[in-house]
Amino acid sequence: MTLVVGAWTIGLILSFLALGVFISFRIFHFPDITVDGSITLGASLAAVLLIAGTNPLLASAAAFCGGLAAGATTGVLHTKFRINPLLSGILVMTALYSVNLHVMGQSNVPLLSAVTLTSDVERIASALLDGRTTLDVAGWELPARDAALLVVTFGTVVLLVAAVYAFFRTNLGTAMRATGENPQMSQALGVNVGNMTIAGLALANGLVALAGALLAQYQGFADVQMGIGMVVWGLASVIIGETLVGTQQLGLVIGGAVMGSVLFRLLVAIALRAGLDPNDLKLLTAAFVFAALILPGLLGRRVRA
Amino acid sequence: MLEVRGIAKTFNAGTPNEIRALHDVDLTLDAGTFTIVIGGNGSGKSTLLNAVAGSFAVDAGSIRLGGRDITAWPEHRRAALIGRVFQNPLSGTAADMSIAENLALASRRGRRRGLGWALSGAFRRAMRERVRRLAMGLEDRLDNPIGTLSGGQRQALTLLMATWREPRLLLLDEHTAALDPRSADQVIRLSEEVISRERLTTLMVTHSMHQAASLGDRLIMMYRGRIIHDFRGAEKRRLRVDDLLARFEEVRRGEQLDESAAELLRRAYV
Repeated sequence: MTLVVGAWTIGLILSFLALGVFISFRIFHFPDITVDGSITLGASLAAVLLIAGTNPLLASAAAFCGGLAAGATTGVLHTKFRINPLLSGILVMTALYSVNLHVMGQSNVPLLSAVTLTSDVERIASALLDGRTTLDVAGWELPARDAALLVVTFGTVVLLVAAVYAFFRTNLGTAMRATGENPQMSQALGVNVGNMTIAGLALANGLVALAGALLAQYQGFADVQMGIGMVVWGLASVIIGETLVGTQQLGLVIGGAVMGSVLFRLLVAIALRAGLDPNDLKLLTAAFVFAALILPGLLGRRVRA
Repeated sequence: MLEVRGIAKTFNAGTPNEIRALHDVDLTLDAGTFTIVIGGNGSGKSTLLNAVAGSFAVDAGSIRLGGRDITAWPEHRRAALIGRVFQNPLSGTAADMSIAENLALASRRGRRRGLGWALSGAFRRAMRERVRRLAMGLEDRLDNPIGTLSGGQRQALTLLMATWREPRLLLLDEHTAALDPRSADQVIRLSEEVISRERLTTLMVTHSMHQAASLGDRLIMMYRGRIIHDFRGAEKRRLRVDDLLARFEEVRRGEQLDESAAELLRRAYV
């Protein structure tokens, strides 16, 4: 049960990763590999700030801003210097590896003694529960810490996902979606397509970096390697979400990305529990995304790219 | 309203594929005139429209619109003054977004796009009213993705979007060429309606000799990147399809003469 609760929590945290990937891959049709670097950037910025005693909310916001900058850089490389989208992302991702090492000063920063969002939640939960360490949920004995973290993470995700959805219904957000879908039309309606792409990629990577910051606080460390393959994980979540809810309604698709992220983590947890070698995880994830990309074609159904 | 002075454009300059698309073109459109542009393939008529819209920078010359020099303006900035309808019905609308969202985008043409709701209640009411005027029954389907509509319906909506906020200049680029005859007639009727109701300065490229003869109050004919005929007023009103075809025939014969002369020279010297 603890395993399931943990998978839920990580799945919810990584739904910001899925949302970011959704924005760049689906809204802008931009295969943005920056994600692998920006999730680590978010984790390392947050970790270093937390060690220095910064308020955890501020540290997480700073991580978000770091992600904004990383995404904007990729956007500038692509729109102002006309570098191919994939290559723009690879360049920034590669550069970020060094940046992240510099930020952290070492390859791994433990957060065991720092005040983090996780430790705050633990403190508040134990105050509310008068120090009890387990909870009885429908007959299941649950560690209070895990349950509290799940509830708080869920609340945060609901709030931020609602904010992202609301943003895409504003004039600015609508123009952003139109830019990805039909740049020619957007241009003719006065949208600065280049700047809009930069803003979209910034937002996407900001969310990804936020996921990194929250993940670091949840697992208690930031590691320079933690971003490897994250873009594929995000993509897998988006694809699962689309399979669950389709691609028509904006609200459903955004909710679907969150559901996809949670489901994907649960699948991973179950597979690991069943004895899957963790070293094979990324191979299987890549194989899964590969299958998800080609199966619809093989089955003869047309699916929107 | 629009003053084009000596604009020139060469594509792929310095390569074997060099195309001189516009040679020193001058064109002045008075406010409220509806001008038709015709010409064969590669005559430069669409290039002229794209040059005005800002799809590319011209090599020489200047473009003024409504008293402002827009030669150096990027396309999205010119869009504040210009409404456009493209030849391809898929080009002018975002297929996966609803009719309402597409119109909301158009209602902010040339204005700041902030964090206000794209679809406010007041906007929805205004939208229903204006979509009803198209008489296509679309006012009850405002939340459907625009991609589910026919080419004619999409083109009618693109026209509505281009004119939602009154443009200083309306550019129609063979906007009925990809439609079936019935939809084409419908879209042409809607175009005429809005152009005459709002007295829009309009530049319309067409392939159809019938449209060229029956629409507009001025007609220019282009050939190899130059304006070769310019009919206005009574002269334009007298023009019939046969006259236009005769002019085309003239041009074609001229072209053959050039070709045979070139051939003669080749034989003599190569």
